[in-house]
Amino acid sequence: MIPQSFEYSAPESVSEALRLLGSVENSRVLAGGQSLIPMMKLRLSGPAHVIDLGRIAELHYIAQTNGSVRLGAMSTHNQVAVSETLRRSCPLLAEVAGRIGDPQVRNLGTIGGSTAHADPAADYPAALQALRAQIRLVGAGRERTVSAEDFFLDAFTTALGEGEIVYEVIVPADAPGLGSAYVKLQQPASGFAVAGVAAQVAVSGGQISVARVGITGVGAKSYVAQAVENALTGRPATAATLAAASRLAAQGVEALNDLYAQADYRTHLAEVATRRALEQALALAR
Amino acid sequence: MATTTPTTPTKVQLKVGQRLRRQEDPRLITGTATYVDDIKKPGTLYAAILRSPHAAARIQALRTEAAAQAPGVHAVFTGADVEGVGPVPCAAALPGLRVPKHTILATNRVYYVGHPVAVVVASDRYLAADALDLIEVDYDPTTAVADPEKALAAGAPAVHPEWPDNIAFTQNTVYGDPNKAFAAADVVVKQRIVSQRLIPTAMETRGVVAEWSPGDKQLTIYSSTQIPHLLRTQLAIMLGLPENHLRVITPEVGGGFGSKLNVYAEEALVGFVSMRVNKPIKWIEGRREAFQVTIHGRGHVDYVEMAAKKDGTITGMKIKIIQDLGAYHQLLGPLIPTLSVLMLPGLYNFHDAEANVFGVFTNAAPTDAYRGAGRPEATHCVERIVDILAAKLKMDPTEIRRKNFPAKDAFPFTTATGLAYDSGDYAKPLDKAMQIVDYRALRARQAEARKQGRLMGVGISTYGEICAFGPSPATPAGGWESATVKVEPTGKVTVMTGASPHGQGQETSFAQLAADAFGVPMDDVVVLHGDTAVVQYGIGTFGSRGTAVGGTAVHLALQDLRAKCTKFAAHAMGVSPDEVSFEGGIFTSPKTAKTVTFQEVALEAYVCRNLPPGVEPGLLVTRFFEPSNFAFPFGAHIAVVEVDRDTGEIRIERYVAVDDCGKVINPLLVDGQVHGGVAQALGQAIFEEAVYDEYGNLVTGELMTYAIPKAHHVPEIETERTETPSPVNPLGVKGVGEAGTIGCSPALVNAVVDALAPLGVTHIDMPMTPQKVWRLIQERSQA
Repeated sequence: MIPQSFEYSAPESVSEALRLLGSVENSRVLAGGQSLIPMMKLRLSGPAHVIDLGRIAELHYIAQTNGSVRLGAMSTHNQVAVSETLRRSCPLLAEVAGRIGDPQVRNLGTIGGSTAHADPAADYPAALQALRAQIRLVGAGRERTVSAEDFFLDAFTTALGEGEIVYEVIVPADAPGLGSAYVKLQQPASGFAVAGVAAQVAVSGGQISVARVGITGVGAKSYVAQAVENALTGRPATAATLAAASRLAAQGVEALNDLYAQADYRTHLAEVATRRALEQALALAR
Repeated sequence: MATTTPTTPTKVQLKVGQRLRRQEDPRLITGTATYVDDIKKPGTLYAAILRSPHAAARIQALRTEAAAQAPGVHAVFTGADVEGVGPVPCAAALPGLRVPKHTILATNRVYYVGHPVAVVVASDRYLAADALDLIEVDYDPTTAVADPEKALAAGAPAVHPEWPDNIAFTQNTVYGDPNKAFAAADVVVKQRIVSQRLIPTAMETRGVVAEWSPGDKQLTIYSSTQIPHLLRTQLAIMLGLPENHLRVITPEVGGGFGSKLNVYAEEALVGFVSMRVNKPIKWIEGRREAFQVTIHGRGHVDYVEMAAKKDGTITGMKIKIIQDLGAYHQLLGPLIPTLSVLMLPGLYNFHDAEANVFGVFTNAAPTDAYRGAGRPEATHCVERIVDILAAKLKMDPTEIRRKNFPAKDAFPFTTATGLAYDSGDYAKPLDKAMQIVDYRALRARQAEARKQGRLMGVGISTYGEICAFGPSPATPAGGWESATVKVEPTGKVTVMTGASPHGQGQETSFAQLAADAFGVPMDDVVVLHGDTAVVQYGIGTFGSRGTAVGGTAVHLALQDLRAKCTKFAAHAMGVSPDEVSFEGGIFTSPKTAKTVTFQEVALEAYVCRNLPPGVEPGLLVTRFFEPSNFAFPFGAHIAVVEVDRDTGEIRIERYVAVDDCGKVINPLLVDGQVHGGVAQALGQAIFEEAVYDEYGNLVTGELMTYAIPKAHHVPEIETERTETPSPVNPLGVKGVGEAGTIGCSPALVNAVVDALAPLGVTHIDMPMTPQKVWRLIQERSQA
């Protein structure tokens, strides 16, 4: 549990961080360190240089701007969980943040770090997929915005390019009447999701008008459960509709297989968690 | 010494029996306690240990030159260098036991993943870890076997080539005439029951600091251990040092649970290295290392049979125990299943039994004592098979138990396995637990839930245990305990106990005894332990013995000292000792209406201006207590659960533990022990399992994959007690450190089986993970 030796920098601006990232061989960005540090201690990761974003003030904010909430990459899970802005405008994200790890992790881990790390069982990706969030990336002299759906490519693999960091996450504010819920069936040792489902539902005239479902922990990457969303939209807001749609939760997904949950059980849990999340979201929809 | 006229006596409230907070806690919860890793000696070098990545391999070549030349490295030692160090000891003297030579570093073979191969010593722990990567080892892997039943099969790879059958020992014990009992039985039930391998997971991993003092040839070992004195004796033998040139200090210990009731290779290795490099050496075990090499617990596959009459009277029991011993014997490993045999009858009155134990080598970490050590396995078997019998006979599980309890006037009660249970009233905690849960109403609610298709279950466990280890002839290294009590000239009381409490709270409970003996406040008492230069010899803390055996030694020393104080007081008041009474720190002579305080006596005992004739100066007494028997606590636990059909998850709705551990010195400590024990058994019942793959890799090698229960997994534990004093010691105490662990797992499993009974389920093995429960539901629903 002792890492290899490494250099450490704690720049105070994004531009300085990007300069270091571009100029030092084998460098890694530290954005809370709740995954990177354990990997380094297990010598699974051995960067020569660690660039800690912790002192960059400009990455710490949660702000509402016309129709969306923008979260600086260094917003901790706890800040997200307790944010009044989010509780009001996008409660799903706050709810998900409050379910990550434990208080120690939530006080250090950040939304930018978790997003860039793209653990296939992390909580945020399910929410960001369901919310149709945008992720703004910056590199030296360039920036771009990628949708959550296009960002998470595979286990621990994202659209983040060489020399880029996650600058902010942008989530749309909830439309009035939208109900949302996050249901997480978790591995008791790690606390990670075995099936984590973030859902948003709106109802209009007894019919489901909006259905958004993001799923984590089930496959090699989190995903938008398109088949579930299709099976809900425009259908009567009944238990039968939810149950039928939930059966499609892992459609086309090769489920992860491990000691705690083999693929068939995990697929089943995806269905159960989806149904429960939809039921809860529907109950909150107005 | 001045004597004074008595004032109006105030009624003194004794400390014993009170729910007092622990004296230990302020330093623990403020982070000011000193653990091994907090010991900082000037010039300390750090040791890191290279461990085998293979479960079975020959070492073809080992090259350490590059590591030895790495930055900061002072020395590298391999198996060849430590040939002069004696083997890691096994104290189990079982007839015919095969004992592999357990060197402190591997020589030409490795036998399990984690097997120590070399040690690097460097100026800091980072450089030491880096240098490990520079050691080159050519391994020639051979086939491994990590499953005890597979290891017994014909053609299995031999863990130790000299013993191709992988059998370390067998033990057959027959009590009465079990074959006759089984032939005459109306009903026989059988079940294969697994008590899976567990990883003890003390919060503080092991650690050793060794400091060799070349001038006076003294070696000081700081180790996180439960047995400082036994460790000192064994290390003296291993290292070839005179025992009085070795001092073992046990600072704060962050959890042991039996895993530190041992003598480990690293304790000798770090001492050896310190002597070779003439520097203080520190080694702190990493968590992954701890998982791989610190002893594991349990590891039983049991085949259990029970014979009974159709009215539910149990008439006999048979068991075949396959004990996974791992690759080597640690201190007590092979003895653990023999405790299971002794404990086999549980609380039930029958006299015909047979036990066959197979101790099996596997390419895995050694198993040894883990909280309960053999008794949870036995209790799990008997409490499960009794439930299976009850189900077969369509009897209520509480009724079948009650029917087979020995009568409360039958004590001492001789069990089928020849133990003499000291005292008991087994129906009493069961009655109390049933009353707490309102058993009849609970069953009615369950019937209602079943009608709605819900899977609700009620599980009963009426457990007994052997504790207060123990009479010396029944233990491998002495079963007595010692205490020295010293009254200082200022009237402060210092207790030195040979027990080595490490979380149990005896700094508090022993202080309660001393406070009452001399009528002093708790804060006037200091309890010292865990330093062989301070404390007379002792055995240690394990087997729920600290209070029953160690506390009794303290009690005896206190009694003697009080008697001596009385002589001083009597002499001062001009009366004879039998004319003196004592209460609340004041000696009184009713005849002369004089008093003298305990503090005045203490001072006089040292200044000796008026020494009573025939009395020596000073107030210091050492006593050794040899118990005549074990003590046998018991209790009844009831679990109420509901199983989630969709996910297989178990929700514990209620957990009631009614324990009888004899007289209680501090109810808060007893509750704490029950809480911890129940939490650990809940871990075994639902979450924990050390899993090795077919190559002998520990698949659950870290806390990300091996689930120990967290706070939110543990339900509120409702504790209650009955109090049946033990006649074995004058305090009447039994022991409670392991009760929760022993009583709980069968209550939970019985509850889940009861919940699933409508589906035809009669047994489930631990851990009852959601996946396992879900698969069982799927199978049965389709059947």
